[in-house]
Amino acid sequence: MTVETKLSFDKAYVEQFSKDRNEPEWMQKFRLDAIEQAESLEMPKPDKTKIRNWNFTAFNHDFKTGEAVSSIKDLPEELRDFFDEDKAPENLIIQRNHSVAYATLRDDLKEKGVVFTDIHTAIHEHADLVQKYFMTEDGVSVSEHKLTALHAALVNGGVFLYVPENLEIETPIQSIFWQEDPEITLVNHVLVVVDKNSSITYVENYISHNEEHETVANIITEVYALDGAKVAYGAVDNFAAATTTYVNRRGIASRDATIDWALGQMNDGNTVSENVTRLVGDNSTSQAKAVSVGRGKQTQNFTSVMHHDGKASDGFILQRGVMTEGSAAIFNAIGKIEHGGTKANSEQESRVLMLSEKARGDANPILLIDEDDVTAGHAASVGRVDPLQVYYLKSRGLSEEEAQRLLIHGFLDPVVSQLPIESVKQQLRQVIERKIN
Amino acid sequence: MSGSVLEIKNLHVSIEDKQILKGVDLTIKGGEFHAIMGPNGTGKSTLASAIMGHPLYEITEGSITLDGEDVLEMEVDERAKAGLFLAMQYPSEISGVTTSDFLRSAINAKREEGDEIPLMEFIKELDETLDFLEIDKSMATRYLNEGFSGGEKKRNEILQLMLLKPAIGILDEIDSGLDIDALKVVSKGINKLRDENFGTLIITHYQRLLNYITPDYVHVMMQGRVVKSGGPELAKRLEAEGYEWIKEELGIEDETIEQNA
Repeated sequence: MTVETKLSFDKAYVEQFSKDRNEPEWMQKFRLDAIEQAESLEMPKPDKTKIRNWNFTAFNHDFKTGEAVSSIKDLPEELRDFFDEDKAPENLIIQRNHSVAYATLRDDLKEKGVVFTDIHTAIHEHADLVQKYFMTEDGVSVSEHKLTALHAALVNGGVFLYVPENLEIETPIQSIFWQEDPEITLVNHVLVVVDKNSSITYVENYISHNEEHETVANIITEVYALDGAKVAYGAVDNFAAATTTYVNRRGIASRDATIDWALGQMNDGNTVSENVTRLVGDNSTSQAKAVSVGRGKQTQNFTSVMHHDGKASDGFILQRGVMTEGSAAIFNAIGKIEHGGTKANSEQESRVLMLSEKARGDANPILLIDEDDVTAGHAASVGRVDPLQVYYLKSRGLSEEEAQRLLIHGFLDPVVSQLPIESVKQQLRQVIERKIN
Repeated sequence: MSGSVLEIKNLHVSIEDKQILKGVDLTIKGGEFHAIMGPNGTGKSTLASAIMGHPLYEITEGSITLDGEDVLEMEVDERAKAGLFLAMQYPSEISGVTTSDFLRSAINAKREEGDEIPLMEFIKELDETLDFLEIDKSMATRYLNEGFSGGEKKRNEILQLMLLKPAIGILDEIDSGLDIDALKVVSKGINKLRDENFGTLIITHYQRLLNYITPDYVHVMMQGRVVKSGGPELAKRLEAEGYEWIKEELGIEDETIEQNA
């Protein structure tokens, strides 16, 4: 079957798409309103990277279901790397293309009111919560720019996680978004709402195989940590070379809430990534840690933002990037303290390791402070592997390659070690290994 | 085979076009403990770095062989695999790599593929050596040398020496910055290695280390050369009388390289 790459999406298309999904009227209206805005809104402007010639807007948007599996043992080898075989995940959704292939959630969590389901089901069954939190002014709003509006109009995948008050869930909750079909586009939305004084660990993986066929991924995550809630959010993105990715992960932390990110940004294609944490409530905290390895000719732009509104809010950004071959990347780190955010602390550290003469990389630290009684700091560096470190390791018998390999893994370890699931951590190490070889 | 032979002949070394070593001759055999002494700035550490293959040092003349093999033709890692080990004066800090992971990689680097050290055997040996050197077990899981005190770095170098079991160990100022207790522990580690298959070159400008490790040979370096060699009694005399008598004997006014360049 030949697929159709649509150059533009109009109201008629969006209306039909929504009807085909049997969506409630509010959702259809939401989509139609968004597509109207998309026409006039501008593209985002990531600092220091030109994306004018990148294609984010013309793609094949067909809805494609993937075959369901009855057991994770029926999955192909490469997907089984994401789990510990002996200890099957208890809370897991595997999305294959645009539909759910496998889903499980512990019974006791279901009984306590935890919702973990695909976004399509959530729109039908949890409309009140979805309407309250899905792409509002507090989170990622439809009108931010063309790609957020396009996302709202065309969302075709994702999950919804709701955790009611006073639940401490230690077992990780895991999603895998597997683009089995190389020709489809993923417009994926992850909505996580953790109610007061509850805590969770959530980990997700994105994977695709389209080395040749050009396509698009438009990913938005919204995480709400209500008063006193704690969210540990881990992710490994691994879209193949021919996917152009826009990924926006946003956290909104209320009073005394914590949102910690550990992001392995391992796409092989051009990528614009935003990770914005809004520390809205007093005493809210966040650590946003991210690693990336660039290879081939890919260009990437990473912007990590700590936005302090709350008093005594505490934010820390840690970015580590390794650039190989002819890759290019910009690492923007922004600490913004609003007027009224007294006693806030905004720290950041961005380090880029260059492994090739042809690679380009830059770290761009920014502090924007509108309040006097605060603390803030930044560190940034762009450098090469230290020849004396290599000498030291070689003097113990390690080969040049092995020494380099160890130093690169060591450089990335402060972020990699933060990923909460052991098998996902190992899988990320494997991806890093592939990318640096 | 009992022990290896490291042979240094007429070694000339320069750094950034500045001549440091001006013809060093030295032979170290398995079973022998050699000490190189001398005031600061006479080329002792340069000799150690040149043997190991430090990237900033250039050999302009002379030869180094290990059991007849040309060491200068070898990459740094090949020198290590051939049996050389340098306990460094300023070991690098390797962030993100634990001491334990590093040691296992280093041990396995010397072994054939498929003959890696079994994990339990490694852990047992590591634990025993940590105990022997009175090092806190937590060092195994700390990043290599990162945030280590001066004394911890030196002990870690000896830990590596004991686990990697080289044929020839070169110890570059292993005693500097150590208190007396740490000095005793480090010496205990080095003495434990003494057998016919292990030779060592101990570089120091304090005699006090030699109170705990008895050298078979003592060499004095000045102006980038070995100017005097002898037995343990030479170290004693240096301790008692300093270096002035040697300078007078040889008609040297300034022993450093700096002024002679």
